[in-house]
Amino acid sequence: MVGKIVIDKELCKGCALCVSACPQKLIVVAEEINSKGYHPAEFVDSKGVCTGCTLCALTCPEVAIEVFREEKT
Amino acid sequence: MGEKVLITGNEAIGEAAIRAGCRFFFGYPITPQNKIPEYLSYRLPQVGGCFVQAESEIAAIYMVFGAAGAGARVLTSSSGPGISLKQEGISYISAAELPCVIVNVMRGGPGLGGILPSQSDYFQATKGGGHGDYHLLVLAPSTVQETVNLVMDAFDLADKYCNPVMVLADGYIGQMMEPVEFKEKPPKELPTKDWAVTGAKNRPRNLIKSLYLDPEELEQHNLKLHRKYLEMAKNDVRVETYLTDDAEIIIAAYGTVARIAKTAIKILREKGIKVGMVRPITVFPFPYETFAKISEKVDNILVVEMSLGQMIEDVKLGVCGRAKVHFYGRVGGMVPTYDEIVREIEKIKRGQV
Amino acid sequence: MMKVVFERPKSMFPVPTHYCPGCGHGIVHRLLAEVIDEFGIRERVIGVAPVGCAVLIYNYINCDMYEAAHGRAPAIATGCKRVHPDLILFTYQGDGDLASIGTAEIIHAANRGENITVLFLNNAIYGMTGGQMAPTTILGQRTTTCPLGRSPKRDGYPIRIAEMLATLEGATYIARVAVHNPRAIIAAKKALKKAFEFQINGLGFSLVEFLSPCPTGWGMPPAEATKWVEENMIPTFPLGEFKVPKSEKG
Repeated sequence: MVGKIVIDKELCKGCALCVSACPQKLIVVAEEINSKGYHPAEFVDSKGVCTGCTLCALTCPEVAIEVFREEKT
Repeated sequence: MGEKVLITGNEAIGEAAIRAGCRFFFGYPITPQNKIPEYLSYRLPQVGGCFVQAESEIAAIYMVFGAAGAGARVLTSSSGPGISLKQEGISYISAAELPCVIVNVMRGGPGLGGILPSQSDYFQATKGGGHGDYHLLVLAPSTVQETVNLVMDAFDLADKYCNPVMVLADGYIGQMMEPVEFKEKPPKELPTKDWAVTGAKNRPRNLIKSLYLDPEELEQHNLKLHRKYLEMAKNDVRVETYLTDDAEIIIAAYGTVARIAKTAIKILREKGIKVGMVRPITVFPFPYETFAKISEKVDNILVVEMSLGQMIEDVKLGVCGRAKVHFYGRVGGMVPTYDEIVREIEKIKRGQV
Repeated sequence: MMKVVFERPKSMFPVPTHYCPGCGHGIVHRLLAEVIDEFGIRERVIGVAPVGCAVLIYNYINCDMYEAAHGRAPAIATGCKRVHPDLILFTYQGDGDLASIGTAEIIHAANRGENITVLFLNNAIYGMTGGQMAPTTILGQRTTTCPLGRSPKRDGYPIRIAEMLATLEGATYIARVAVHNPRAIIAAKKALKKAFEFQINGLGFSLVEFLSPCPTGWGMPPAEATKWVEENMIPTFPLGEFKVPKSEKG
């Protein structure tokens, strides 16, 4: 995969703006709840298609998303 | 070595601030103190300082907040209505424990009132004015020379206590011209301002704030402020006692009224009535003890103010029922004359009051 | 080999915020912290916090800060900048703070050309106090103090701060941006970075107005709130640069 994201479940407030922002629909709202009672966002990329575009992290008001991308050789 | 100049009180206030190392003034025009901003608008640039005529007294007091929080010695001045506008800011400055000097050149009130002198802002100065449990250290000069001395002391006291200090003058002091000496003051040992916001380099960042949402924290903060006021009362009360040793009747007065009272006392003594005066110089902290002691020796105290009776309440607190406290006052810009004061004392002497 | 391409800026404390889910404050705070990091000015920056939802911004941004009284941040910033002209000053204010009680202070700080940067967060409502009408509430918008919708006759019209301040000769850079989607956020950061660059170069007063969602105040979920910015706020508050320094003009 080219890119991946890590979502801090405890910082997330389940606003789901990242869900709308992802052009490949790789983020969903989880069934579980975090310690504050929110349903945090969850990264689901079984096919490994994330490009690390950072649109999700840009729109996250909680700075809960870290984005990683493969280094170009 | 000091130099003697003939100068108005307002200009002297400005010059005294500069001699005390103040390099920042933020204010707004209001009669009868306009010569303070006018004087400083040309004098401050001469010494590398900064003058800003703010858009209102409200903006000015918050500019003071900003400059004081940045670690500078800073002055603002106004009169009654403008000081009213500053009250929220003064509460904030007190809560954030910032030093600054605020000059009130009192005029007739309430409301727009008049432009002639009064002493009707005593309550506002000493009993709060703004919201919350806080106090200003309040100095009340009586002559232009004393105003100079007290303004210079005010900056030291403000730094010592990290508290705003008010100099409570009136339109007479502001506008009259008297010979004044600007003496060099030996520099005082004062605490360093390591709490100031100067850019968080090589230290954790500093916060200038007054919000404490946790009630236990806020109570502790209030108690800390309160301890300061107790320290002020212990160490920095200033009062003048004038011919009180053999006095049978005491006059209590401050500021310009005290000068007039001295003339009345001279006349009364010539008539054989032994009158003395207690002149508070700090009206906060108030010299309660002086009044407590003196009321054990005399039966009558006459409080004279250019108001309808504000300092009299503090006098009564100090006297605590040990003597009879009388009042004479003029308001609206009217000034008690020495004749009127003589008459009032004679009335007391005759037992007519 | 994966490398980090997006992470929390160093000038932001790694703590959860008190803001509502989907609130624009979190995004603007992050942009501010990124700009501070990118210019390397954290040790030279002094902020002035407002009264409003962002009153606790000092818990999130790691720099020297004042807590201002409502509306007075530009005056406090003026006092500080006059003492430390070499430091970088920013104020962060909401629409009650800046456009209501603080109108005199913002106009005059801009008019004097104070070399500070103002972040103005416009969400067309008073968030912290529970959703009352703001001077920027748009016509027809319902709030707790205009439950039947803002009407010109009773409440006047929404105030366009950016356009108004751009008429002042003392203002150097005035821009309006939005944070309701990633593209807008990227443009918003560009404007904020410019504003700070102008201050660092001593060019004078800069203000960036951020149109921001307030899901709780508007009574809608975050995704709908971002649509509301696009469909309702932008027509009233057009995006753009309303004043740029002379050196920028073509």
